Amino acid sequence: MTGPAPRFERPADVVRRLGEVQYLADERIGTTVYLADRLGKPVLVEGPAGTGKTELAKAVAAITGSRLIRLQCHEGLDEAKALYEWDYRKQLLALQLERGGDGGPPEWGEVAAGIFSEPFLLERPLLAAIRADDPVVLLIDEVDRVEVETEALFLEVLAEHQVSIPELGTMHARQVPFVVLTSNDTRALSEALKRRCLYLHLDYPTLERERAIVLAKVPGISEHLADEVARIVASLRSLELEKRPSISETLDWAQALVLLEIDRLDATSAAGTLNLLLKHRGDLEAAAAALEGVAR
Amino acid sequence: MLASLTELADELRRAGLPVSLTESLDAAAALSALPLEHRDDVRAALAATLVKSAAHLPVFETLFDVYFPATVGAGSGPAVEPIGMDAGTDAGPSSSGGAGAGTGEGDGVGLEPGQLAGLVAEALAGGDLRQLRLAAALAVQALAGIEASRPVGVAYYLARTLRQLDLETTLDGLVQAVLARPVDEAPPPGAPRRPPGPLGERLVREEYARRARSLVAAIEAEILRRLVEDRGAAAVAGTVRRPLAEDVDVMHASREQLAELRRALGPLARVLAARLARRRRHHRRGPLDFRHTLRASLSAGGVPIEPKFRSPHPSKPELVVLADISGSVAAFARFTLHLLYALDAQFAKVRSFVFIDEIDEVTGILRAAASLPEAVARMASEANVAGGDGHSDYGRALVAFRSRYADAVGPRSNLLVLGDARNNYHPAEAGVLEELHRRARRVYWLNPEPRAYWGSGDSIVSSYAPFCDGVVECRTLRQLEAFVDALA
Repeated sequence: MTGPAPRFERPADVVRRLGEVQYLADERIGTTVYLADRLGKPVLVEGPAGTGKTELAKAVAAITGSRLIRLQCHEGLDEAKALYEWDYRKQLLALQLERGGDGGPPEWGEVAAGIFSEPFLLERPLLAAIRADDPVVLLIDEVDRVEVETEALFLEVLAEHQVSIPELGTMHARQVPFVVLTSNDTRALSEALKRRCLYLHLDYPTLERERAIVLAKVPGISEHLADEVARIVASLRSLELEKRPSISETLDWAQALVLLEIDRLDATSAAGTLNLLLKHRGDLEAAAAALEGVAR
Repeated sequence: MLASLTELADELRRAGLPVSLTESLDAAAALSALPLEHRDDVRAALAATLVKSAAHLPVFETLFDVYFPATVGAGSGPAVEPIGMDAGTDAGPSSSGGAGAGTGEGDGVGLEPGQLAGLVAEALAGGDLRQLRLAAALAVQALAGIEASRPVGVAYYLARTLRQLDLETTLDGLVQAVLARPVDEAPPPGAPRRPPGPLGERLVREEYARRARSLVAAIEAEILRRLVEDRGAAAVAGTVRRPLAEDVDVMHASREQLAELRRALGPLARVLAARLARRRRHHRRGPLDFRHTLRASLSAGGVPIEPKFRSPHPSKPELVVLADISGSVAAFARFTLHLLYALDAQFAKVRSFVFIDEIDEVTGILRAAASLPEAVARMASEANVAGGDGHSDYGRALVAFRSRYADAVGPRSNLLVLGDARNNYHPAEAGVLEELHRRARRVYWLNPEPRAYWGSGDSIVSSYAPFCDGVVECRTLRQLEAFVDALA
């Protein structure tokens, strides 16, 4: 690949540096990020909500000193919002101005060349990432929200690092942006998109990793409480729940426990604060019952 | 390395994973870009390039172990040298007699079963991963009795080892030992603390269950490693092949597989709802609006350059589901109930009915239930579905449906029938379905039986088929997905 020097020395280097910005990566994350940089390929991060997919992009931006450009996907996303748009108001003004001049009616070719040029181009995130001079991390968030047909918009940028604009020609990347796509797995993404990406599945963390995350992210928490929080959350995830607690909810809960100065969890204090962890009535009932040792 | 990679990719394809040429090339590129220092890095690199779906990861993990086996004694690999032996020997050389001593016909190291049990218990009590791996290696050596070049799979030896190890008793003893300690006393090294109350007990049990899982995983890995050493990767790969989650036959799914299917159903219902909704939005053009078109043509000197269309009636698709929940489709019925529940959460207007030989509406139950288990339990106890002999009777259910819930099916309804159409030789009453078909927008029949069995015995799919817009074999998630795809 063209572009600047690689961002990382080795996979372990990624893990260490991510750790410095409080993102606790395992070696799978480290290796995938490392390869994404070396091979110049985007990373598709898939997994349940709240497991640190978006955070990963932010952390990578932080450790590489890159600017984060974010494209939030939603249903009905189109070219004008993702790639580029012509600033038609400015174009109209320019036409008015030319007509007001005294050189007689201008040639159409000149006019067209004039108004379809750089100054009239509105950059949207994908084009902005391609044309950036400084290092950037491009985050395409929640790709699964756009329709399958819209995914095609991303393909050229992802594979070739270029954007074709009919009036201007093809814009090539000045440097290879680090691209992260996230998906909550609400639908299967197209094969074409997946083929162009490295795949990283971020699931709920292991007990040890979650404990470490709680310790790193919640100031003032004792090691003992972090351990219990991680254990109880792991226990709750094994129940049959509508929506299992995510890492971000674990952190909210741990934070609340610290604020409430609860340092010892028992069934009552846990059940009283469970609403930070679980957001469905049925889940709350099931969890409270399980924590009190009632068999369901 | 490259040869192993090609073989791995081939085997993944054989297992049903969509591994294209691009992906193989990426994997090769990844390996050459990687400082090849750790096996875990290689594993992560290949996973990132070859596997593009979380559901396929378990298959990959197993096959990776087959084609890129851990070397003995390297780093964290299981070293069979008796490093921690002296720690285990005090369990008593003949404490539990010689009952299982003769079974370890492999290259036994002269370890008594009692000794081994002590070693395993100690590893579990300590919770140290290295010690667990060592215990696993010793257990396999002593108990699995691996016979050279005998074509059986990992599962066989795993079951054999675990049967003799009797982990449950060991675990229970360890849990009881912790529970017997006073609350919050400083624990011996490696053992978990004893937190108070039933919550504490639950956490202690789970901690040991977790350790036991890593022990079992280590045993499995060790067996796999030995088999690969003995027979070569290609031969072993065939014996560890398991169907992917999307190809699991719903009728014969295990509990874990069903749980996996259930997790996949939620997104699928969302897709179905989204598809139908989008269809409405995309087909926004109704019939030509003549008056509007003429008016618009005035600005072009009377030439109708831009035809105008009426916006269509906002049709809201409705879903009416009839599900057979009789014994003959018990496994499918569970799947069906999950599907019903998932659909109900996504569609604004679903009416759900379940039947065996009597039909009852369960829409209210599904809506009121806070969780799926609750919904299933309430359906089982409250829905009145068995009228006569408790065998499915589609004809009778259809007649009852027409007489009591005729208003449920209108021109906007999509009628979905889930069942095997095995009618126990009762009258089919296909005329009722014909009438429903005339009234409904669409009628689909999802049948959990293999197509080859349709029409055999008391299956009367063929009498109903003429009155359906589609009769679909629906035994796996993949087939259900295909149906949803075709629908929208």
